[in-house]
Amino acid sequence: MALSYLRSSSSRSANLLKPLSSGLSLRSPISTDTTPITVETSVPFTSHRCDAPSRSVETNPKELLTFFRDMALMRRMEIAADSLYKAKLIRGFCHLYDGQEAFAVGMEAAITKKDCIITAYRDHCTFMGRGGTLLEVFAELMGRQAGCSKGKGGSMHFYKKDSNFYGGHGIVGAQVPLGCGLAFAQKYSKDETVTFAMYGDGAANQGQLFEALNISALWDLPAILVCENNHYGMGTAEWRAAKSPAYYKRGDYVPGLKVDGMDALAVKQACKFAKEHALKSGPIILEMDTYRYHGHSMSDPGSTYRTRDEISGVRQERDPIERIRKLILSHDLASEKELKDIEKEVRKEVDDAITRAKESPMPEPSKLFTNVYAKGLGVESFGADRKEVRATLP
Amino acid sequence: MALRNIMGKRVGIGLMGSRALSTATCDVESGSAKSINLYSAINQALHVALETDPRAFVFGEDVSFGGVFRCTTGLADRFGKARVFNTPLCEQGIVGFGIGLAAMGNRAIAEIQFADYIYPAFDQIVNEAAKFRYRSGNQFNCGGLTIRAPYGAVGHGGHYHSQSPEAFFCHVPGIKVVIPRSPRQAKGLLLSCIRDPNPVVFFEPKWLYRLAVEEVPEHDYMLPLSEAEVIRQGSDITLVGWGAQLSIMEQACIEAEKDGISCELIDLKTLIPWDKETVEASVRKTGRVLISHEAPVTGGFGAEISASIVECCFLRLEAPVARVCGLDTPFPLVFEPFYMPTKNKILDAIKATVNY
Repeated sequence: MALSYLRSSSSRSANLLKPLSSGLSLRSPISTDTTPITVETSVPFTSHRCDAPSRSVETNPKELLTFFRDMALMRRMEIAADSLYKAKLIRGFCHLYDGQEAFAVGMEAAITKKDCIITAYRDHCTFMGRGGTLLEVFAELMGRQAGCSKGKGGSMHFYKKDSNFYGGHGIVGAQVPLGCGLAFAQKYSKDETVTFAMYGDGAANQGQLFEALNISALWDLPAILVCENNHYGMGTAEWRAAKSPAYYKRGDYVPGLKVDGMDALAVKQACKFAKEHALKSGPIILEMDTYRYHGHSMSDPGSTYRTRDEISGVRQERDPIERIRKLILSHDLASEKELKDIEKEVRKEVDDAITRAKESPMPEPSKLFTNVYAKGLGVESFGADRKEVRATLP
Repeated sequence: MALRNIMGKRVGIGLMGSRALSTATCDVESGSAKSINLYSAINQALHVALETDPRAFVFGEDVSFGGVFRCTTGLADRFGKARVFNTPLCEQGIVGFGIGLAAMGNRAIAEIQFADYIYPAFDQIVNEAAKFRYRSGNQFNCGGLTIRAPYGAVGHGGHYHSQSPEAFFCHVPGIKVVIPRSPRQAKGLLLSCIRDPNPVVFFEPKWLYRLAVEEVPEHDYMLPLSEAEVIRQGSDITLVGWGAQLSIMEQACIEAEKDGISCELIDLKTLIPWDKETVEASVRKTGRVLISHEAPVTGGFGAEISASIVECCFLRLEAPVARVCGLDTPFPLVFEPFYMPTKNKILDAIKATVNY
């Protein structure tokens, strides 16, 4: 085996033959091995008006271990957010992404930070994928200054300008025409980048989606519309909301691809394919068949419209992290213990970030008035009684 | 107050219009009453509406299982999926569809899940619903349309689960805007809205869904639209408000009482067309007026009330009209306590106005 010089394939327990190169670091070694491995996706791609990409995806140990670590981090982060919400440290609305992590990591593997991403409110993991830190996430969730939106946005409004993450939107479907605008700007500046505009199966029935599709197709915009189909628009199952739940076909004249969204490698392949397509021939729809374990938000138990058996069934059969774990183990890229160590490490990272986030202060009261308009416009905002409290909006 | 004849027609108030199905006007006080909360009262009203009119429909996002606030519990089971059904996630489509349904003579009761999401439907409401009767020369109308939406702050709703958009709709002749303050009011007002021959937007204060509990008569009763109610008598200053804000204002009135200021509190109930007479009569008595609402102060409905009062009562006024409202910022996240027109802000304004 090509990898046998890096790992002792015969001993799963104590690494007696631990290679020197990775023995020095204190963390579990993420392999830097980039020897290509070819993996087949779980299911073939289904396409609409285009030729589906191949089922064989090229990857390498480094990528697989990175996938594992990143998804474990995202999973742990979302579960920690759940506990924080129940402890009332996070207030407002909190929409968790656990179960859908494969899309966030798979997409990032296929694109660069110059490509734009815009999504709806289930954005914590997408933000992390764009290079966000745990501290920024937890601080923002708790409404603290150290948060990515300085505590003024909250769970639904994460943004990261330096990696072209355009957030974080509360109104369902509103982000899609916005994404097409981003794509136009990219095409205009000829920088060979694309925009991924993400939305859910609920939003797929919004009128503005079709307006956006028409505009992107008409003007050949490098826009990739991604429907993260987790089969429930809050409490309504897809078959009760959509006449045609084949969301990848809904673009009609716009080509589409249906992808197993729980398979990070399939996602990577699809996104790579989509980016090439968008740069050459204009918009494409990707439908990610995925699933969320939590309810729609923390106010939704998630069990009034679906059975617990369904949820645990998906967790057993299709969990994205388990898939990568099995892949890593079957290819002997790491031992079970090493993977467990990664998970422990990740847990600690999350706990540390929460502690640091708790120390961050709330925003100053004066910040209530900042950033309503562009700086220095001098608009006066009146306080409650128009006589006493007057603030010139900074 | 205006007189009403047996048919429920308002006498002597020109443009208010007659109420439909006014034979159902029961005495609110008769019959048994049970202590229930706001969402249960609304639920009861919807049950009655569907029971009494076979052409009434309830639809919206997730209403089938009872809705996110449980206002539509039991309706689908009782009246069937042909009359109580979920819609896809498309507010513009929901309202447009409702207008069409109403135009065919049905009572279409559409739910918008949060008032913050009503904007995609704004075009339909303003351009289609409000003007249908007018532009068709009374051939067609969508009077059977009632749009229900939970509005208002809830303590942690943030930008998109707390808005009070009533002012946008008050600017549109052709529709009515109604906001109840309590369970008993809600049931009666909602039934009136559903049976009113004009399209109505009914905002429900979500903060009170569970919090407000009141004795609500179990029978079918209606409360009149476009009639404000003086819920607290006073002589020094008139306070005008609606919805959840009234309970805050009432607390301020009680505090002001301790300082010897006697406050009169009016619940507007219907914002358009609003009961100018009741407010005017009160201002003529007290000479001072304070309006309070959660929506931002600039361009809020308080501005309209203020301008109207000054027009009619200029010489009677002892002090400028005071408005204690939300700040001119988007509805904030962590800053909600600073944004809201709280009891103390109102109290300050009461004192400032009285001591002007």
